Amino acid sequence: MEHGGHRDGFAAKLGMWLFLFTEILLFGGLFLLYAVYLRRYPAEFAMGGRQLDWMLGTANSVILLTSSLCAAMGVTALQRDESRRAVGLLCATILCAAGFLAIKYFEWSAKIGHGVYPGSERLKSGPAGESIFFSLYYMTTGIHGLHVIIGAGLLAWISVRVGFGKIPADNLILLENGTLYWHLVDLVWIFIFPLYYLVL
Amino acid sequence: MDKAATAQNSFWNDTGRSGLTAWIFSTDHKRIGLLYLYSTTGFFLAGVILGLILRIELMAPGRTIMDPRTYNALFTLHGVTMIFLFILPGFPGAFGNLVMPIQIGASDVAFPRLNLLSWWLYMAGALIALSSLFTGGGPPDTGWTFYVPFSTRTGTNVTLAVFGVFVIGFSAILTGMNFITTIHRLRAKGMTWGRLPLFTWSLYATAWVQILATPILAITLLLVMAERLLGTGLFDPGRGGDPLMYQHLFWIYSHPAVYIMILPAMGAISDIIPVFSRKPVFGYKMIAFSSVAIAAAGSLVWGHHMFTSGMSDRAVLVFSLLTFIVAIPSAIKVFNWVSTLYKGSISLEAPMLFALSFILLFSIGGLAGLILGAAATDVHVHDTQFVVGHFHYVMFGGTGFAFFAAMHYWLPKFFGRRYREKPAIIAWGLMFTGFNILYFSMKILGMRGMPRRYYDYLPEFADLNLAATVGSWILALGVAMMFVNLVSGLLRGEPFTGNPWGGATLEWSVATPPPTENFAEEPVVTHGPYDFTAAGRR
Amino acid sequence: MDGQRHTIIGYGTLTAVWVALLLLTALTVGITRLELGGYRVLGALVVASLKGGLVIAFFMQMKSEGGLLRLFLLIAVVTLAIFIGFTFFDVLYR
Ligand code: HEM
Repeated sequence: MEHGGHRDGFAAKLGMWLFLFTEILLFGGLFLLYAVYLRRYPAEFAMGGRQLDWMLGTANSVILLTSSLCAAMGVTALQRDESRRAVGLLCATILCAAGFLAIKYFEWSAKIGHGVYPGSERLKSGPAGESIFFSLYYMTTGIHGLHVIIGAGLLAWISVRVGFGKIPADNLILLENGTLYWHLVDLVWIFIFPLYYLVL
Repeated sequence: MDKAATAQNSFWNDTGRSGLTAWIFSTDHKRIGLLYLYSTTGFFLAGVILGLILRIELMAPGRTIMDPRTYNALFTLHGVTMIFLFILPGFPGAFGNLVMPIQIGASDVAFPRLNLLSWWLYMAGALIALSSLFTGGGPPDTGWTFYVPFSTRTGTNVTLAVFGVFVIGFSAILTGMNFITTIHRLRAKGMTWGRLPLFTWSLYATAWVQILATPILAITLLLVMAERLLGTGLFDPGRGGDPLMYQHLFWIYSHPAVYIMILPAMGAISDIIPVFSRKPVFGYKMIAFSSVAIAAAGSLVWGHHMFTSGMSDRAVLVFSLLTFIVAIPSAIKVFNWVSTLYKGSISLEAPMLFALSFILLFSIGGLAGLILGAAATDVHVHDTQFVVGHFHYVMFGGTGFAFFAAMHYWLPKFFGRRYREKPAIIAWGLMFTGFNILYFSMKILGMRGMPRRYYDYLPEFADLNLAATVGSWILALGVAMMFVNLVSGLLRGEPFTGNPWGGATLEWSVATPPPTENFAEEPVVTHGPYDFTAAGRR
Repeated sequence: MDGQRHTIIGYGTLTAVWVALLLLTALTVGITRLELGGYRVLGALVVASLKGGLVIAFFMQMKSEGGLLRLFLLIAVVTLAIFIGFTFFDVLYR
């Protein structure tokens, strides 16, 4: 980019999408394990799933979908040169991220308080499939949560740049890529939610 | 670097920063390529020394110079160094960076800063992995495959080593992203897909494998770390986990990864052979297509590493069958190279010698691969020295020799000086001889039942093991000679100018050494990469 | 070529997509409460894929990208499907 002297927005987007593929496959490995173990321990997975609070899961789904909406609208706003509105929408996205993480935090701490965490005595003495379910649950939501944090940080940085931005075209590419990342976080959750909270 | 040999605007004279920082913070693809070259070959030489030490232990039965634990740690270190620090990043990192942007007529890669980051991540990962030797429980002893359950139970510092490899994986992903985007977006005018040099085609296919397979390695390694740190039990049969799932995940990455190792090597060979045969490459389209086909088919066959693991019989059947499919595009390439040679006016200079021996050694290794890919025969030779012989033939005899061919072919262009031909050829002869003595012995030993990863063996294996060790010395002598000749030649040798071998790809049309921005003005491509008559006319 | 896209997706469209996504979320919750046996997983996955498709098409603007990115996305998804699917040659018949 620096060398060529001209900006290639499509190249940046192509690069971003390629990166998103790697994210999809990263989570794909976890979904692979989920599929294999679901087949082996259907009853235990159902039991584990029932211990998760589907209301909280639904709430988080709604929050993330809304955050994605705000992010997408942010892009539209910037495309229409309404950078103020874009920053506002990004802030809303980040707020949603915070809400999501707060709910996750309460979920996790309640579970850990009940002695349900990887390697805990309770899971060790319980049925094997249940321990597998919760280990996968913690790994998947943990790595997903990490992505939420990274995504929110990224959007925060971008909104600062958009807020004070001098080169709107540059910021648009940046914003589009940042929101692409954010939508991926949402996308992954769309699959996590039914598989862990709802299945049976 | 000797200033006299370099033109004023050469990338060696890039002003701006000075000293080391002019390199380690440079976003010039040529400088990053050289950074990769220095670091990967450095690790290669370290790995060779480790290999020699392993061979000394195996020189005679019983304890020779070390105890079994040390042997375990050393072959792990040797494997990890060679795989993750040399051969995976080597070709794309060094020659991909040096040559590919010029080959397509670009002034740099699409994301120069990410490119630099990728090298930094690679170095950071390497340092993290190496620091596992001195911290925690000491050097990992699991082999480079980190198989569970041993890797989750051993007291050695697997966690850190695995984390280092994870970081290196990140670097590979960035390189892959960068190369795909570059090849899509930065081709010069007239550089159609049908005119893309075959080395660039192979890097394109490689980049896809890097992108689609590496994340699986990342998650697998994260799971091993979680298993060790948190006790998740996902691979622990005692807790309901399935250790075979580790093997699946590991090979879902690592089998495609062997194509990350071999594809760019094949690409380099496809560029070198026509130049030294003075004849357009035979079957350009098929070679380009087979690179993509290998990348695709290579993702379907990981199960052939698991025939004896207790996987279901049906899976053994399916994966064995699919494995034979990969042989087809590989064979297509071999036939096309040989047909390129046919009736060419072959000139046996150093790059060509290495390229020709690549074809032979890779074919031997590849055919041995079929023995391993057929379930019935694999059961007998699985986990024996036959496997060790096989993968050294494809990785060292294949990718390694192609890497040496590439060094002799492209480096003079970038240094502006050349090595001496005669020592290069003698070094090649030593390496080729030593190589075959070493690894052919190991193949026979494996056939006769000597297992791999043991520091000791039965007395009846003594003769061939001694031969193998002597072979390793001849090989090492050749390697040393080659590097001494290359280094002294590239730094102080005769000036290298223009296009002595008559290459028709774009890197031969720029000044020697190339200027920082590669092309004074954006080139317009009017002929194919192996159209030597059209190139000569210019 | 495929590059410079200037389609702007309006707020209205985005909101409509969001409403659809919420409805689909309600639908998943609904069908997984029904007695469908093994089909529950299938149903949940189908709905999730629909939702994912909407997010990709509208929020991620894949709808207005050229064929190249779509092809790439397809390659990535097919690759993942193969990785999961082929593992079942082992898991199903062990
Ligand atoms: C002079 C050069 C070399 C020598 C003498 C050498 C020798 C050896 C020996 C003796 C072993 C261990 C066999 C066993 O007991 O299982 C080994 C393993 C291995 N070598 Fe090499 N090698 C050399 C170069 C290379 C190169 C260039 C590569 C890759 C590019 C490589 C990759 C490996 C790998 C992956 C293993 C397996 C480690 C494991 O079992 O985890 N080696 N080598």
